[in-house]
Amino acid sequence: MTDADVHRAIDAVWRIESARLIARLARLVRDVGVAEELAQDALVAALERWPESGIPDNPGAWLMATAKYRAIDVLRRRTALEGKQAELVRRSEYLAERAEVDLDAELDDDIGDDLLRLVFVACHPVLSTEARVALTLRLLGGLTTDEIARAFLVRESTVAQRIVRAKRTLSEANVPFEVPHGSERGVRLASVLEVIYLVFNEGYSATAGDDWMRPGLCEDALRLGRILAELLPNEPEVHGLVALMEIQASRLAARVGPAGEAVLLLDQPRDRWDQLLIRRGLAALARAEALGRALGPYSLQAAIAACHARARRAEDTDWTRIAALYDALAQIAPSPVVELNRAVALAMAFGPAAGLEVVDALNADGALAGYHLLPSVRGDLLAKLGRFNEARTEFELAASLTRNARERELLLARAAIETPPAR
Amino acid sequence: MRFMMFMLPNIPQEGEWMPTPEAVAEMTKYNNELTRAGVLLELDGLHSQAEGVRVTFAADGKRSITDGPFTEAKEMIGGYWIIQVKSKEEAVEWASRCPQNDCAVEVRQIFEMAEFPPEVQEAAAAG
Repeated sequence: MTDADVHRAIDAVWRIESARLIARLARLVRDVGVAEELAQDALVAALERWPESGIPDNPGAWLMATAKYRAIDVLRRRTALEGKQAELVRRSEYLAERAEVDLDAELDDDIGDDLLRLVFVACHPVLSTEARVALTLRLLGGLTTDEIARAFLVRESTVAQRIVRAKRTLSEANVPFEVPHGSERGVRLASVLEVIYLVFNEGYSATAGDDWMRPGLCEDALRLGRILAELLPNEPEVHGLVALMEIQASRLAARVGPAGEAVLLLDQPRDRWDQLLIRRGLAALARAEALGRALGPYSLQAAIAACHARARRAEDTDWTRIAALYDALAQIAPSPVVELNRAVALAMAFGPAAGLEVVDALNADGALAGYHLLPSVRGDLLAKLGRFNEARTEFELAASLTRNARERELLLARAAIETPPAR
Repeated sequence: MRFMMFMLPNIPQEGEWMPTPEAVAEMTKYNNELTRAGVLLELDGLHSQAEGVRVTFAADGKRSITDGPFTEAKEMIGGYWIIQVKSKEEAVEWASRCPQNDCAVEVRQIFEMAEFPPEVQEAAAAG
């Protein structure tokens, strides 16, 4: 093995072990920032030693043992600083005594709990959304600062700063290393799910850069989601989110055309949808439903995605069911975009007039003013109703609102077509 | 990226073979570990090669059917996992953790459509 081979192997070990390592250390030292630094120190030690000694048989245990000795030092120093508080003294003495003994077996039982605590702390509401994303990818996804920076097209120093500041914020706010309970739990879980879905969406339709998809980020988000689903098997929305991501990811290869252009859902070649991911998505949705509670926003969106996934051809889509699911979604998580989607589903299920009624209400409401998809959908429905002059005006308006050049071309082309057929 | 890990057990082709409950328990623990790490997409175990059938096509396309066991086969596939990981090294690290003796785990990357040249992709789409 060359040094480069060993370094790549160490990267792989890090990817697998780092979250567990940090989670265990955080339980010992009660500070996620310190735990992360201890884990990093252990990684540095591995990078120094393993090229000579070879990779140990149980690299995770090696990293943990190395980090643990340093953790004991940290605890001792802290105990001295904090005036020898009895609890900490006992703790560090106990740990020192046991230092020769392998603590891993003892800690292993609770590793799931520790990971879960780490998830909740990394996604704590005291942090900005950007900080939560960076910290989650770093602490739980095992990504390096450089990998996060490349994924989000920002400078490495920016991400590094974000992480340093986030760790300081957590420490200053005295955020406890624990899983929230009671009424707080729902809100905190929503924050975790939001962070994971945000990572997924940044990969699915990138907001910056030349490539409008970055599948690597989708895979990172899916991995986090799948881990969370095992940690919280009784939370339907976790399975709902996993289902939604699995099904959306199944379309990755089909939603980009030969020239790199976006291909809309109904125009996608369905034989390029990934059936393995669809199967996994449907299974995750079934897990959410089996818990027997009312479906939340992620589960409902997954159920809608599942309707598309189950239809072999676009014309086989069960639009009546999709319209009903959007109806349910509009009731628990109302938003103008959900309303617009509901309008499209209603039009597909019950004819353009049914959809137009909802679109006109949205138009009057003004919440989507300036959003090019509103006139685009309205134009489409008007054209289907034979109201060509109005349709043309809508497509022209939509073309003037979009920032995407290719989309503008398509909309202007549609505007040109929508002239009354000659008699 | 995705990898398929093939389990190639060193067991006799013929005769009854059943894993011990201990071996199954160990393997289940390993599979759960893959699941908890969020990397496992799918897995399955295969019936004995002795029960398998091989359809062979000669250079001229002539077809022949042979029942197992296949005496010339040096190794047999006992089962497989499909995992989604960040690198080949990560796949190898996971394979290294398989709790088995007297076997091999072969790690092979799964092709993505995007890896093929455009004309191959077009042919696949047209099929």
